[in-house]
This record gives sequence, structure tokens and C-alpha cells, in this order.
Amino acid sequence: MFTHTHGNESHATVDEVIRCEKLTKRFTDGNILAVDRLDLAVYRGEIFGLLGPNGAGKTTTVGMLTTLVIPTSGKAVVAGVDVVAQPALVKQMIGVVAQTNNLDRSLTVWENLYYHGRFFGMNGREARAAADESLVRFRLTERAKADVMAISGGMAKRLMVARALLHGPSVLFLDEPTAGLDPQARIALWEILDKLHANGQTILLTTHYMEEADSLCDRLAIMDHGRILAMDTPKSLKESVAADTIVTVSATGDLDALARLLQDRVEGATKSQRLDSTIQLHVKGTTGVLPKVVTAAEQGGYSITDLSIAEPTLDTVFISLTGKELRD
Amino acid sequence: MATASPSSVPLTRPIRSPGAATRIAFGALLLRDLTVLRKNLGMFVGRTIIQPFLLVFVFLFVFPKIGQGIGGGSGLAGESAFAAVLVSGVVGLSIMFQGIQAVALPLANEFGYTKEIEDRVLAPLPVALVAIGKVLAGAIQGLIAAAIVFPIAYAIHAKGVEVQLSVHWPLLITLIPLTSIMTSSLGLVLGTRIQPRNIGMMFGFIVLPITFLGGTYYPWETLAAIKVGGFPWLQALVCINPLIYVTEGFRAALTTTAHMPLYVIYPVLVGFCVLFLWLGVRGFYRRVLS
Repeated sequence: MFTHTHGNESHATVDEVIRCEKLTKRFTDGNILAVDRLDLAVYRGEIFGLLGPNGAGKTTTVGMLTTLVIPTSGKAVVAGVDVVAQPALVKQMIGVVAQTNNLDRSLTVWENLYYHGRFFGMNGREARAAADESLVRFRLTERAKADVMAISGGMAKRLMVARALLHGPSVLFLDEPTAGLDPQARIALWEILDKLHANGQTILLTTHYMEEADSLCDRLAIMDHGRILAMDTPKSLKESVAADTIVTVSATGDLDALARLLQDRVEGATKSQRLDSTIQLHVKGTTGVLPKVVTAAEQGGYSITDLSIAEPTLDTVFISLTGKELRD
Repeated sequence: MATASPSSVPLTRPIRSPGAATRIAFGALLLRDLTVLRKNLGMFVGRTIIQPFLLVFVFLFVFPKIGQGIGGGSGLAGESAFAAVLVSGVVGLSIMFQGIQAVALPLANEFGYTKEIEDRVLAPLPVALVAIGKVLAGAIQGLIAAAIVFPIAYAIHAKGVEVQLSVHWPLLITLIPLTSIMTSSLGLVLGTRIQPRNIGMMFGFIVLPITFLGGTYYPWETLAAIKVGGFPWLQALVCINPLIYVTEGFRAALTTTAHMPLYVIYPVLVGFCVLFLWLGVRGFYRRVLS
């Protein structure tokens, strides 16, 4: 691994790797407010997730933090460097894994790593050693001489992670790291990120998979329409729902009226929300919930077509914050 | 994991001064482009020589052989005079094509479909220098193209046709780099503005008119004969074509034929360089930053 010596230590910001203050991006093209006065702090060594649906502003936020999107207003500091004032300096400090395969197609797998190392100031010998070591570490050695278009999607993503880490960035950005990967490749990537985390690598990732956010992230910001709606650990976010059981009800008839009816009649109901074609009922501290729901609905003259029960998930949190589901 | 110790976790501080990081990254970007050139050397040589070879072959070998004389129809003497005109035109044209093929075509793809330029844009140097590095790598290919094409243009002709060249070295060694940078900058302008699906249109509406109205086959002065109401309209019109200054420049550098004055050629070429670099870097910014 490529390590660097350093001079005097500044303790003021040593633990804060990313800070955004009222960070805003309005695209003049279409006058879209993609990110709206975002406040955020990411600390050294944590995996921080931006969770939200497509169009929530996650990718734009990462774009601003990685110097590719220029903020309209507000401030962002990465590794102690202002991204607007000194973008070239910030680029020394970050590693970026884009959502799409942006490997250099004119180069082989090994060369993608080697030249990346050279861009970041390694000499030929250092870059060769770093590329070799990285291939071993990411189990790509057998494909070292392959064309990057000839390797699988999972391998391409691993190579992109390997490349982003080659120069030892202070923070690794991953935009929708497992989108489009098959389940096996997704799990393999999660394992890699877990190991990086265990080694103390600071990571910021965006995702619209709640399982990914839940299992990987130390802390999460839930985003929608360019704003952060809630920010906490996955556990605390789920506890914030103030329910231990979530009942999803499908029925015929006036669902809004049924939602009100269930909240009134079911013992322990803390919240009842109508979604497109279902009702979500939050219940706390009760056993035998399902018979109670069925009874209440039938007494009200409704016929239930489907019923399911689950613990609160991040999806539940998202629904209670926005009134819509995270999944498309 | 190979690096498990916490001490290997990088510190939250920049490692190199911006100037040092920029110098190193710029050199590495050039190294990357030259590696890609080396890997595709056969293709590079092929695409460099095919057009000049065909031009010279048809005009200086086939035409005299079949008696379809050109160059004023005065037999071998006329054809020899035309050969001198054409050789300088072909060298200029090859550099022009190289600029477009080495910069515009790869960039259009890297922006349009694959976004593979992103890793280079994220290298630790100002974005403008990534664009300028692209121009420099393209210009180096222009230099190589000139070196490959010149002997071909000089050597291929029918028996009896004399290619009478008189090389003015100071002109040649200043014009080749200048035109290489100018045409690579034009490549940057085109590459940052043209969508991959419109590349065919670029050849039809930009490259072909530049080629045919760029003085490859005729000296600029002779266009004065084409007039409407006493006004040499074509001679005036082609002045917007950057290639005309390139081919006229090489005519000055390689032949004794009449050519556009040098005090016009050099400032205009420098002017096109500045204009295209400015437009190209601006276009590059627009494509990679939002």
C-alpha cells in the first residue's frame, strides 16, 4: 500500500472528514433544485449512507463533494479542504467509484490501476507494486491482462473500488455501488466494504436499497427532493417510528376511511397511513394484532384481500417521513 | 487484507503541493495517452497514411499514366508543378486529420457513452489541464503523422513527374508544431461539442468542406480567378477555413511556388490556436462539470 509521511498535525478537523453547510445545487437547465441547503458531517472511520429514491439528490451531493458538480451556494469541506476553492487539492484526498462503469477501455485491468497510481504521483516502480498488490487484494490477478470490457460486472466494480483506493484516499465515495450487480456480486462487494470499514477507511455511499443501508452503514441520512429528512444510526431511525409491529393491509373499498377506522379501533395502533393500494398500520406493545385488524375491518364492512406483518424497516421510516414507499 | 494496520489509514491532509501534484499528474496523463498510442501503433500508422497515399497515388501516379493530366494540362512539366502543390497540401491535410482523429473521436466517445474520462478528470490537477493534455498528446501524434506522410508524398509519383521541393527549415520546424497544436485544439472543440451519434455528420459537414476548400489541391492565390462581379468570392470565403493557412504555410516551407504572405499565415494560425483552445477548454468544462 502507498503510504505517505506527513508533517504537523492539525487536531481541529482531524475527525471530521466531510462537512457540508447549506450546500445547494440548482441546475439552471430546467431550474431544478437538486440539493437544498444540505447540512452534513461525516466522521473519520465511519460508513455513512445517503438513502433515498432516484432523484433525491444523492448523486448530485456526491458530485459536489467530489468536485464534479459546482455548488450553487453553501459550503463543503472534504478532508479539511474547501471543494469549491481548491478542487485540485481535494482530488488528492478522495477516491470515487461512479455508478456506471467508467474504466479506461483503452487499457487493460492492470494498466487501469497502474496509470491511476501514476496520476497520483507514484513513480513507475511504486505504481507497479501497488497495482500488483491491489489485484491480489481484490482477487483480480487472473484477469490482469484482460480488456476491461471482457470482465464481469462484479469484477468491473471491484476494479473500480481497487482503483479508487489505490492512492490511499481519506474518504471513499461510492455512488449506488451495487446497482445492477447480481446478488452474489453484491454480497461480495458488501464484504469488501466491511473489511475496508474494519481497517478504518471512511466511506460515503449512496443507495436506494434499504437492506444495503441497514446492514452496511454506521449512520444514514434519509434524503428526498434534495433535503435530508432524518439522520441517525439505522437502529435509532427504526426506533423513531415508535412501533414494534407494522401491519400492511390490502382491502377493497374506501381505504382512507379504513385507515382511520383501524387507527381508532385496533388496540396499540400509533399511526395509520394510506399508501397507493395498501394501508400501513403501526402498532406498539400488543400481541395478537392480526385478528384484531381483521375483526375491526369486518365490523366496518370491509373485506381484507391481503394482510402481512413485519418489524419496522428503513422503508417504514421513509414512508412515515414522506408518505410514499422507497421502492419504485 | 494486505494493509490491516490502522497506521496505513491515510491522514486527512493533502499530500503534495498543488503545483507538484499537477506537474506529476499532467506527465502521467501524457504517458497514458502515449501508451494507448503505442498499443494501437499499427492502426495509427494505417489511418495516417491511407488518405495521403490514395491522394498522391491517384493524382501523381494514376492520372499521369492514363493521360488525364492535371496542373494546367501542360504535360509532365505541369504535373510536376502540381506535384509540388499537392505534396505540401497533403502534409497539411494529414496533420489536420490527425488532430480530429486523435482528439475529437476518442473524446466524443469518452464523454458520450462511457464517461471513462472521469478517472482522468479526478486526477489531482486542474480540469483545464486534462483538456490541454489531450491537445498535447494529439499534437504529438500530428508531429509523428507529418514525419510519416512527408516521405510518402515525396516518393510516390509516376516516372517523369518531378517533385521539386525546396525546404525552408525554419518555416518547417515552426509550422509543424504550430499546426499540430492548432488542429488538435480544433479536435478538442469538436470532441467536446459533438454527440457520438453525430460523428458521421461531423465528417460530412465539417471535415469534408475543410478538406476540399482548404487548398490541398490548389494554391490559394489561384482562386483569385473565380469571380462574381469582379469579386474573388471563393478566395475570400476560404479564409474562414483554418486548413488554408496550414497548406499555404507548408507551400511556403516546402516549395518555391507563390503562397499567402507569411505575416498573414503565422498570426492567423496563432489566432486559431488561441480561439480553439479557449473554446475547447470551455467545452471540456461544460462536459465534465455541472
